[in-house]
Amino acid sequence: MGNFPDITTNLGDYADQFVSFLDTSLRGFFDLIYLLTSRMINVIDDFLVWLPWWVFIIAIILLGWYFKSIYAGLLFGVFIFLIGTFGLWADMMTTIAIIVTAVLTCLIIGIPVGILMAYNQGFSNVLRPILDAMQTMPSFVYLIPAIFFFGLGNVSAIFATLIYALPPVIRLTELAIRGVDKEVIESAQSFGSSRWQMLRKIQLPQALPTIMAGVNQTTMMALAMVVIASMVGASGLGEQVLVSINRIDIALGFEAGISIVFLAIIIDRITNGVADKFQKHRGAGE
Amino acid sequence: MTTKIRLENVSKIFGPKPKSIIPMVEQGMTKEEILKKTNHTVGVYNASLDVKKGEVFVIMGLSGSGKSTLIRCFNLLNKPTGGSIYIDDEDIVAYDNTKLKKMRQEKVAMVFQHFGLFSHKTILANVEYGLEIRNVSKEERREIAMKNIESVGLKGYEDKYPGELSGGMQQRVGLARALANDPDILLMDEPFSALDPLIRREMQLEMLDIQERLQKTIIFITHDVNEAFRIGDRVAVMKEGQVVQVGTPEEIIESPANDYISEFIKDIDRSKVFQAEHVMIKPNALVSIKDGLNVAVKEMRENGISSVFVVDRGRHLKGIVTIDDAVKGIKEKQSLEDVLRPDVTVVKQDEYISDLIPKALESSFPLAVVNDDNKLAGLILRVHVLSGLAPDDVDESEEYHG
Ligand SMILES: Nc1ncnc2c1ncn2[C@@H]1O[C@H](COP(=O)(O)OP(=O)(O)OP(=O)(O)O)[C@@H](O)[C@H]1O
Ligand SMILES: [Mg+2]
Repeated sequence: MGNFPDITTNLGDYADQFVSFLDTSLRGFFDLIYLLTSRMINVIDDFLVWLPWWVFIIAIILLGWYFKSIYAGLLFGVFIFLIGTFGLWADMMTTIAIIVTAVLTCLIIGIPVGILMAYNQGFSNVLRPILDAMQTMPSFVYLIPAIFFFGLGNVSAIFATLIYALPPVIRLTELAIRGVDKEVIESAQSFGSSRWQMLRKIQLPQALPTIMAGVNQTTMMALAMVVIASMVGASGLGEQVLVSINRIDIALGFEAGISIVFLAIIIDRITNGVADKFQKHRGAGE
Repeated sequence: MTTKIRLENVSKIFGPKPKSIIPMVEQGMTKEEILKKTNHTVGVYNASLDVKKGEVFVIMGLSGSGKSTLIRCFNLLNKPTGGSIYIDDEDIVAYDNTKLKKMRQEKVAMVFQHFGLFSHKTILANVEYGLEIRNVSKEERREIAMKNIESVGLKGYEDKYPGELSGGMQQRVGLARALANDPDILLMDEPFSALDPLIRREMQLEMLDIQERLQKTIIFITHDVNEAFRIGDRVAVMKEGQVVQVGTPEEIIESPANDYISEFIKDIDRSKVFQAEHVMIKPNALVSIKDGLNVAVKEMRENGISSVFVVDRGRHLKGIVTIDDAVKGIKEKQSLEDVLRPDVTVVKQDEYISDLIPKALESSFPLAVVNDDNKLAGLILRVHVLSGLAPDDVDESEEYHG
């Protein structure tokens, strides 16, 4: 009686067909992306591994010092040193390379899209629900098309991470550009600024603190994807966590896990510090 | 003076289909009716006025009367829904993008109520901005900017950020930034209303000073009547989007076009608007220094006055004689020069009545008004100063000549 009637919709099939369609028709495009992305990861990874360990630690200390305080810098140095003592140095570098690549890609795509949304209400209306969906969809789901397009490996990880971590940059860029004081815009206009001058000299610099908050969020989300992404073959710390789960290796699981936490703290504080630096002269300026 | 800006039937209506609203306004529908029925706002309707080269033209009116909407039409931050705006006889409404940019870069600059400064740039970079986007070389724009920063009294602050400055100082930056472009026309939308009264007064004087030096054409918005009448060469009064009267402050006070304006100006301090020349009367008797005492006495008797000004041939004031001194002088065989009193209070034609009040209290004779060449232009009876200005309000027989 109360059973659901025998009606089926094949929404999933359509999604499947859509993905296959993309795969066949845009193969060359995906191959190109694959090439570029894997290149970028490798270059960053190789560079970081090539770097003498103490240079890297000093660099982290200096960054922490500049953007936060000397204590923060020293603490970050200790964290990195500890990760090294866990024997996870190379894995950490791979993870950093993946995150940097993912975040850079997010910015390259996200900031222009955010700007377009700020300029064009129609575009914004169309994109906003899509961004909502991207953010609320369980992140595992993105792994499937990722494998489909790029096979197992770091590039799929980047792709899945990208979809998951992109929305905050876009949203905050749009918000920031729209939020620039109207009188400031008008005054720039009244001097005869071109659209490009307006964007480059006024809107973007004014929006930067908020955009940096978006970068911070995106980076944290990318880091959160590290373990999940390792299910499609991403190497690095996430892979170690996955291995430890499979082997029920508590020691390794703890070390890899805490390493990710350390990285998260360092990246969060530093990107936050960057945002604060940009914020410094704001406030009474209206 | 030549006309710098001419507005012809300028209207600005906000909403999705602004043009369709014009006929409704023409039929006499009010702003509220239109807003309720069509969801369009009539910002400005049918404004026509001329601004002369080098004058301070003030637009005043209550909040929401359309002042900002109108001033934003002058540099097309608002594009008029209808009408034409001529600057130097070119219709700017018809300008394409390139011409518009050029006009904004070279001819018209704006100062904003909340300053509109770029908080991410230093004071120097703020003032340089207008030049920067015109691709003026780094050295040149730095030099120009520094000169303007200095002229508004902010030397030494060029490396600070706007957020580190007080409101008054920030608006000086706004002024320097606008002046750096050396525009013909300065648009100022309530530039001083965010400042406290003391600073505001100071800025007004400074602006008039700059105006004196640079002879810009200034459009100035305020909702403060006293401010409007103090600094405006001419004033336009707006109500519900329409310009209801244009005239000099004196014209508006003397013959307000309607009750709205009368109400508006009712608590204006007239003594700060009217100047000596507005209340002075022509002397109906004058004695030349060569005329001698007998002529002086005759003049005074004929005109029924108790003292008379004495001038030389060039109409320069020499002093005053009273009837008592003159009669006594004739008896004692003295000359006119002997009984002449030099201690007359002399005032300039353009001194404000408020400044005359203390002088009138101290003086025992009428005040002598001289023009720019120091020639006697008229005289002011003390009662006219003290009793509130309009000459025809006072019964002149009460006190005549000292
Ligand atoms: N961009 C806009 N969109 C819609 N309506 C507007 C816009 N700008 C102004 N208006 C409306 O136009 C009318 C005139 O506003 P305006 O800002 O010109 O008044 P104002 O005289 O400058 O007042 P205030 O002294 O408060 O600054 C108001 O009813 C206002 O709501
Ligand atoms: Mg206004």
